[in-house]
Amino acid sequence: MKKTLLSLVTATAALALATVAAEAKLKACFIYVGPIGDFGWSYQHHQGALEMQKNLGGEEQVELAYLESVAEGADAERALERFARSGCNIIFTTSFGYMDATNAVAGKFPDVKFEHATGYKRDHPNVSTYNSKFHEGRYVQGIIAAKMSKAGVAGYIASFPIPEVVMGINAFVLGAQTVNPDFKVKVVWANTWFDPGKEADAAKALIDQGVDIITQHTDSTAPMQVAAERGIKAFGQASDMIAFGKETQLTAVVDNWGPYYTERVKAVMDGTWSQVDVWGGMKEGHVVMAPFTNMPDDVKAAAEAAVEKIKGGFEPFTGPITKQDGTEWLKDGERAENGVLLGLNFYVKGVDDKLPQ
Amino acid sequence: MRLELVKRPQHSTLFSALSPFIALGLTLIAGAIMFSLLGKNPVDALYYYFIDPLRETWSLHELAVKAAPLILIAVGLSVCYSSNNWNIGAEGQFIAGAILGSSIPVLLPGFQSWIVLPLMLILGMAGGAAYGAIPAWLKVRFNTNEILTSLMLVYVAQLFNDWLVRGPWRNPQGFSFPGTVRFHEYAVLPEIWPAAGRANWGFVFALVAAFLLWFMMSRTLKGFEVKVLGQSPRAGRFAGFSSSRMVFFAFTLSGALAGLAGICEVSGAVGHLNEKLSIGYGFTAIIVAFLGRLNPLGVVAAGLVLALTYLGGEAAQISIGVSDKAVRAFQGMLLFFVLACDTLIHYRIRFVGARAGAGEAMRHV
Repeated sequence: MKKTLLSLVTATAALALATVAAEAKLKACFIYVGPIGDFGWSYQHHQGALEMQKNLGGEEQVELAYLESVAEGADAERALERFARSGCNIIFTTSFGYMDATNAVAGKFPDVKFEHATGYKRDHPNVSTYNSKFHEGRYVQGIIAAKMSKAGVAGYIASFPIPEVVMGINAFVLGAQTVNPDFKVKVVWANTWFDPGKEADAAKALIDQGVDIITQHTDSTAPMQVAAERGIKAFGQASDMIAFGKETQLTAVVDNWGPYYTERVKAVMDGTWSQVDVWGGMKEGHVVMAPFTNMPDDVKAAAEAAVEKIKGGFEPFTGPITKQDGTEWLKDGERAENGVLLGLNFYVKGVDDKLPQ
Repeated sequence: MRLELVKRPQHSTLFSALSPFIALGLTLIAGAIMFSLLGKNPVDALYYYFIDPLRETWSLHELAVKAAPLILIAVGLSVCYSSNNWNIGAEGQFIAGAILGSSIPVLLPGFQSWIVLPLMLILGMAGGAAYGAIPAWLKVRFNTNEILTSLMLVYVAQLFNDWLVRGPWRNPQGFSFPGTVRFHEYAVLPEIWPAAGRANWGFVFALVAAFLLWFMMSRTLKGFEVKVLGQSPRAGRFAGFSSSRMVFFAFTLSGALAGLAGICEVSGAVGHLNEKLSIGYGFTAIIVAFLGRLNPLGVVAAGLVLALTYLGGEAAQISIGVSDKAVRAFQGMLLFFVLACDTLIHYRIRFVGARAGAGEAMRHV
């Protein structure tokens, strides 16, 4: 009897504690490298954060805190420590340059969960990494570009020669070559993620060199606007930029972080969070194409077919693929290993540029 | 009608001393108005801005981390500016010091001994000084404008650093991302009191440098020389001081301290050299130097206040959700009021009527 009573008391206490835990609001925190009004990278992360909050019961359930425009050096570590001390349960660090700071602070706060976007270091069990297969979207763009282009040359405004960007250029070319094996891509390195002036100049230079499709791996809407002025077609970046080119945008690769953020914050609520290394693409809903616009129906059909194919498990980096220097990279049917892709530092055949090394 | 600033024959010592406090008061009032307009409780906002970051030990350490490079660079600049030499390129010298200092752990990773760190610090200073000597030499030899040359050399240093960390110095295990290998333990500037927070010896260097330069400026012949040549080059020449030599002294001194700040930042706070090193410490330090009225000890206070506004800005963003734009506007207000108060103590405003102005012009003819 006594034992039963004791266990009853324990059970009640446990229940009471559990209720308290469930009622306590969860605090999810985000650190952004740019302003949330950039209409590109940071904007999309913030949209994902807002979507997560909405999905999980709004402000009553999830408290959202964020810091914009945090420099990726000593400042990041301080900002993260402040987050951790201010009661954040989970912290999303949304830029590659936060990698070391994330791991350093995670070591000091084992009870706080950390999620680092685009990095590869997971030094502590409370650090996960996540990224998206944006190159899947760029492969689809390549198919559209080759079908729409009369010149057979597209212009690519690139930011920095990091694997992510090189992967995007290669995937674009590979997609285009499924339509036109002689398709070429000209690349301009803007050496910036966000500089409307420079990006616009790059777009003008490319158009003057005879390209009739513009695509970009920089975050501003300037290239889209230049393309609109010159009457050629272009692709949006990171977010749907149709408002900046109603008759110009063909589609855009949209970073859709909402589903992932919802899943991970929910896992913290449920107590099921564990370390992961996620690289989601179209299949997982992490990469979404903006509506296919300003193109004939047959091009649209080809693009939709490519999306379906990728959702079915197709990897754009599947052989036969020849490197730019003419040597064989992947044999027929061979898929590139993730490790090689994540450190990619060479072009495939058809890129009209020398990769800055 | 136009406004004219007329220098006051003598300025009030009392108001000179009170000036920073008046400026702070005005900033608080203007800030409170701005935060109320944004729909935030101004008392909360100001609390998070100025008090919250000072409440905890770890946060005080962070204050030291942020203030150290600002103070180190700004004390050097305060001497440089006092000598009437305008080094605007401290950011470049900061980078040059960081690069040269980093060369040991990056190029000789096997060289592990206690002597590595002192060598890195010396190389850091040498790099900054050498880089600062370029605009000095151009000024002395070709009479170029040092404001332009030192500023343009900043971009050269930034691009050179960018090329290094993406090219020859890139970490081979880093998945082709820019940045060197992480420094080994002998190449890391230690924290002063690791159990309490992240502040490293760079902060101590900053305080020592400030004290030494204050001593030099107020108690030695060299300090007198700096001031005389700064205020009246002609008088300086009569006293037998060489203004060419002073150009080199001012630039290499401020360059060396900027270089030291650079290598301390890389080796202490960051842990490896990367392309994100340059976030404007060298430019912010110019503001710090003037906020501190070009007095090395004043610079220490100014550096701490400016660092506090960064930390407080973050605290306010996190706790009450003010945007980072409001935070920067608030920072701008602080600087504006400080400089405005100082200006009005030394100058008075005179309204010049259009007619009076024309009349004066006539008389000059």
